[in-house]
Amino acid sequence: MRKILLGNEAVVRGALASGVDFVSGYPGCPSAEIGDEFGKIAKDYGIYVEWSTNEKVALEAAIGASFSGLRSLVNMKSFGLNVCSDSLFSLAYTGTKAPMVIFVGDDPSCHSSAQSEQDSRGYAYLSKIPVLDPSTPQECYDFTKLGFEISEKFNIPVILRAATRVAHQRAPVEFEILKKKRPKKGEFVKNPYQFCTMPPRVLEMKKELLEKLEKVKLFAEKHPTNYEFNRITNKKIGVIASGVSYLYVREAMEELKLDLPVLKLGFFYPLPERKIKDFIKPLKKVLIVEELDPYLEKEIKRISKDANLKVKIHGKDLLPEIGELDQQKLAYAISKILKLKIKSFENSLKIENWKLKIPTRFPRLCQGCPYWHIFSVVKRVAPEGTIFGGDIGCNMIAGLPPHNIQDYLFSMGASMGISHGVSKSSKQKVISIIGDGTFFHAGIPGLINVVYNKSNPLIVVLDNRITAMTGHQPNPGMGKTAIGEDVRELKIEDIAEACGVKYIKVLDPINIKELEGVIAEFLQKDEVSLIICRRICALLEKELKEENE
Amino acid sequence: MNNNVFNLIITGVGGQGIITLVSILDEACFLQGYDVRSSELHGLSQRGGSVITHIRFGKKVYSPIVSARRADLIIGLELSEGLRGASFAGKNTIFVVNNYYMPFEGNLPKEEILNKLNNLIGKNMHLVPASKICEEKLQKQVLSGIYLLGFVAYKKFIPIKPEFILKAIENIIPKKYRELNIKALNLVNL
Repeated sequence: MRKILLGNEAVVRGALASGVDFVSGYPGCPSAEIGDEFGKIAKDYGIYVEWSTNEKVALEAAIGASFSGLRSLVNMKSFGLNVCSDSLFSLAYTGTKAPMVIFVGDDPSCHSSAQSEQDSRGYAYLSKIPVLDPSTPQECYDFTKLGFEISEKFNIPVILRAATRVAHQRAPVEFEILKKKRPKKGEFVKNPYQFCTMPPRVLEMKKELLEKLEKVKLFAEKHPTNYEFNRITNKKIGVIASGVSYLYVREAMEELKLDLPVLKLGFFYPLPERKIKDFIKPLKKVLIVEELDPYLEKEIKRISKDANLKVKIHGKDLLPEIGELDQQKLAYAISKILKLKIKSFENSLKIENWKLKIPTRFPRLCQGCPYWHIFSVVKRVAPEGTIFGGDIGCNMIAGLPPHNIQDYLFSMGASMGISHGVSKSSKQKVISIIGDGTFFHAGIPGLINVVYNKSNPLIVVLDNRITAMTGHQPNPGMGKTAIGEDVRELKIEDIAEACGVKYIKVLDPINIKELEGVIAEFLQKDEVSLIICRRICALLEKELKEENE
Repeated sequence: MNNNVFNLIITGVGGQGIITLVSILDEACFLQGYDVRSSELHGLSQRGGSVITHIRFGKKVYSPIVSARRADLIIGLELSEGLRGASFAGKNTIFVVNNYYMPFEGNLPKEEILNKLNNLIGKNMHLVPASKICEEKLQKQVLSGIYLLGFVAYKKFIPIKPEFILKAIENIIPKKYRELNIKALNLVNL
């Protein structure tokens, strides 16, 4: 079958073709479509699918599945890898039983990422887990299958890392259509020798891991996913690229009518060092093309040095370390190395956005969004000098005009901890805003800390009955699972009460007067207080209405 | 067309149905036998902010994004966003812009945007009241993108045959909304 697929849809197809049984994850951009798609097809294909409370839990669920003999796929965005890293490193040591692929969506240029411009490839070095870096939806499909193959062969988890321009790229993909199957149950066969990382056994495990990696490296050396393009030339200048950067290299060479030799790396870790050495050996200059951090560049410089090669290695001296690449940045870098003059500025309007002076259109709350009421009331009622804590999700928009009520924004759930710290360290009043999904994800330990260590922020939970920003995924507070089954709703007020919060109020934020009154009242309290503004996301409400029509 | 690749940019505001539009165009290109690659954004940037999507098709396409100044056609679903697309324009780039203005805090007045568009682009500028037409004829402004797709296809501003766009709509759009989308596509012929 050949069809247009989004990169993320191709990952789903690849996992299906690899016989995946168990899918867990936490929605983020650019990865959420994977879990969404699996949610839709779970029943037909006999696959267990969940949105987990957070990425750490998602990974741990998959570890349980792997130890019980089920093939698993975990999906998350870049920052999810930070959240799950605690268990990720141990998993590398124990290894997998049934194969596991961990999909991570990176977002160079931070199109939909608030925290940092994270290059998740770096986790390869910390965790010692193989990392594959696809360029196209076709490779999303092929590399997912390859990931399962490597994981099964070497009993090691594999990270499939895709940048936004790959995960959200659409292109024709050749894939296998699979028969629907029945759900599978595995069996957990006790093996504490392999599944418990207690010392001193843990150091043996590290040794086993390093030995496995040597084998994976040999596999990578021979694997056609690291391939040379235009090898049969006597050119003295070459390019090494991986991920979406490879596409920009090819495009730039078409534009410049060049046929430089290119080494395309599908494996980011472990690197096929011999292949790289053989490629650069006859060259005078090599351009290393990768977005964000210069990991490949550093490795290849080391490989070259170890082999006493005289090749000059270029990379971040000609390409930016911040933001996405594109074919024009590549054309610039290549022409610098070749000392070419580019004539590409002909034929142009010679204008840039800054010359057009169009003001930025920031993201904004949707029409009818209940947050409109909340932000305006909070802003009006809060006394001069109030500190506003912000968190991840649609409520981030509090920091943008016309609201401008956000004094810090970090990672999922971080508002709780930072607000506590500010509250303890100053006499200032803190109003800390968090969404329902984020509250469940990482807000609860922070809330417990607020109570336990006695600070007094006013916490406002914006409960719009869904994880909205990433495309309306269900969460533990709204009574549905990832596959649409009914489940008991976890009430945020019950959790807050169990955490020891004394002053709790649940209200509908369209009752502006009530909201105003409660904020004013709670701001006087010496202890922590919490308001839950409960009203369904306006888009979701509209969708549900249309569905019922 | 550079190197036999057609470069299309669609700009608009998150929520205007741009991703559906990209899916339909990709499918139509595929059905017509082109190689095609597109790039879109989801999440934060989709929440009422500026959205720029790239579609490239032809004999063989590598990059999913269009180079600055290399667009053959820019479809703007909103006036300011149409103007924002201009950084992808060369002197032969065709602009098809919805005469529809979505204000936001600090934006330039509509007249100023229109002036800039006209002065900058001149004869290659096609201002189309797509939202108004869709509101009047179908009571659904959100179909303005599909209307503009019909506009560029029937006026031959894009080398995709309308029959493939129709087929693509059948393949992509859920049955419930299919008829309405086909109507919007064909409005330009009425």
